[in-house]
Amino acid sequence: MATTLPADYLAVGDVAETKYRGLWSDAWRRLIRNRLSVIGAVVLTGILLLAFVGAFVGPTARYTAQEIDTSADQRQTGPSAEHWFGTDQLGRDIFARVLEGIRVSIEIGLGTATLVLLIGVVVGSAAAFGGKMSDNLVMRFTDVMFSFPDILLILLIREILINREIPILSNDRVLIIFAISLTAWTTIARLVRGQMLSLSERDYVLAARALGASSTSVVYKHMLPNTLGPVIVAVTFAIPAAIFAEAALSFIGLGIPPPAVSLGELVKTGYVVIQRNAWAVVFPAAAISILMLCFTFIGDGLRDALDPRTR
Amino acid sequence: MLAYTIRRIIILVPVLWAVATITFILMHAVPGGPLTPEKDRPPALQEALERRYGLDQPLWRQYTTYLTNLLQGDLGITFKGDREVTDVIRDKFFVTAQVGILGFVLAISVGMTLGTLSALNHNGPLDYIGVFFATAAASVPNFILGAFLTIILAVNLGWLDIVGWGGPNTWSELFDPAAYDWRKMLLPVIAISVLPASFFARVTRASVLEVLNQDYIRTARAKGLAERKVVWGHTIKNALIPVLTLTGPIFAVMISGSFIVETMFFIPGLGAESIKAIVARDYGMIMGTTLFFAFVVAIANLAVDLLYAVADPRIRYS
Repeated sequence: MATTLPADYLAVGDVAETKYRGLWSDAWRRLIRNRLSVIGAVVLTGILLLAFVGAFVGPTARYTAQEIDTSADQRQTGPSAEHWFGTDQLGRDIFARVLEGIRVSIEIGLGTATLVLLIGVVVGSAAAFGGKMSDNLVMRFTDVMFSFPDILLILLIREILINREIPILSNDRVLIIFAISLTAWTTIARLVRGQMLSLSERDYVLAARALGASSTSVVYKHMLPNTLGPVIVAVTFAIPAAIFAEAALSFIGLGIPPPAVSLGELVKTGYVVIQRNAWAVVFPAAAISILMLCFTFIGDGLRDALDPRTR
Repeated sequence: MLAYTIRRIIILVPVLWAVATITFILMHAVPGGPLTPEKDRPPALQEALERRYGLDQPLWRQYTTYLTNLLQGDLGITFKGDREVTDVIRDKFFVTAQVGILGFVLAISVGMTLGTLSALNHNGPLDYIGVFFATAAASVPNFILGAFLTIILAVNLGWLDIVGWGGPNTWSELFDPAAYDWRKMLLPVIAISVLPASFFARVTRASVLEVLNQDYIRTARAKGLAERKVVWGHTIKNALIPVLTLTGPIFAVMISGSFIVETMFFIPGLGAESIKAIVARDYGMIMGTTLFFAFVVAIANLAVDLLYAVADPRIRYS
């Protein structure tokens, strides 16, 4: 029986030849194999370069968002060699305004995602590890928040805080980030709580403990990566949601007040003159859609890559 | 199941109380009020107005008065136009409900059709179209789609109208054909239905795919059943149940949508009205609309949970 080798001999050979792949490198490989996510990431990178670098240097930095082209017939024109996206009713360059709006949207998306993550993780883990009383309190409170119509709540918070001399919050963008975050953190908080509670009961956590793993090793090597996946995905989806909320509020005239530029506000001012110059709506509207689509594709890819069950 | 229903309704009371309390606190934290003194209003009139609306009372007294009245179904009066809040909500919600119901029907038919076709054509061209539609529809905001459709269908082609609502504005006009103008109805209904349609498409696709992998489908095919019967009799019926659970969240999504869509198309509905109420600091209307929307979402969720038990005999509430 020369063909049969001892089992442990085979196993050792296998391990020596197979390169060890961790959870994250595995997820990364699956993410870059997802075509739509890669397209989303590439397009997003292009947009970010254009909005954060191209708007200030190079041939794309021709006008600023507030600069008025005073040559006589430069109001409400369609796309031209001079004004790539046309001009608005005052003769301002829409291309420059859209880039400024993209910067604002990105700031709001990332700012909200960060704040939501912070509040969500703190409140969620407080609920999971803080005893039954605080758990009940947090869960009932999130129940109430869920039954609130979110836009009305954001508007109320905005009305309370706007035009006040509160440090940091007197910045309109920070204020909108704050108002949106105060309504959006509940999803993350519930997710973190649920993950923490269910993970501590899982067999593999028990197995790791039984095999003598220290509790730091259990938390960092086994529990944290498994909590992180769904949380990262939820935070990624919070970005387009925040971009949408700000754009919708600005569209009905209750977001970031002018003269500040935002994509929703651009769509709104364009919508008023839609009969004369539809281009004023088309470009900012397309910018919002493309931004949200990119983040959604990336989020979808992350979800598939990080969820071990879809393997 | 009756006991379960009653328990769920009882749980509603503290939730609505919390919503009322939070709204009350936030609303009074907003600077300015419905009766901000005007220059040419004599002080005596200002005082009389404040007394009329109970604003001369201390806040805690206003709060307890409101809750006491609320328990008797009295939502107070509006500051603008001096009407019963319940009357305004009834009238305005009549319009909002039409937009919502039509949008819901459109969303569920388009979404489920696309989802089913995608799943039956798994990884085929139809599937890619369906999945792309669902993702794109979830990312294009309702007002953006509304604006694009307005440009194409109303401005360029002139087929549709965009200002106002084409359905009846009062109950008495409900059966009056002259009150309907579909050219004014189409755009708002499409705009509000896109996001829910994408939800329905995604969940239906996933659900049908899962059912298609079940053993009983293989059995049905193995015994030689026609594919049409496998799909209609065995797959779709079972795949419907998870789709049902979506209806609750969809209600919340559509109410959020109504704020934007109604404002955009100048539809005289409750969504646009509640935004106006916040801007005008109309305390009675702010409280009334927030509570009403919270109530609608809660009742929708309850109805879905009960329907769920009817549709799936394995689910029993006790």
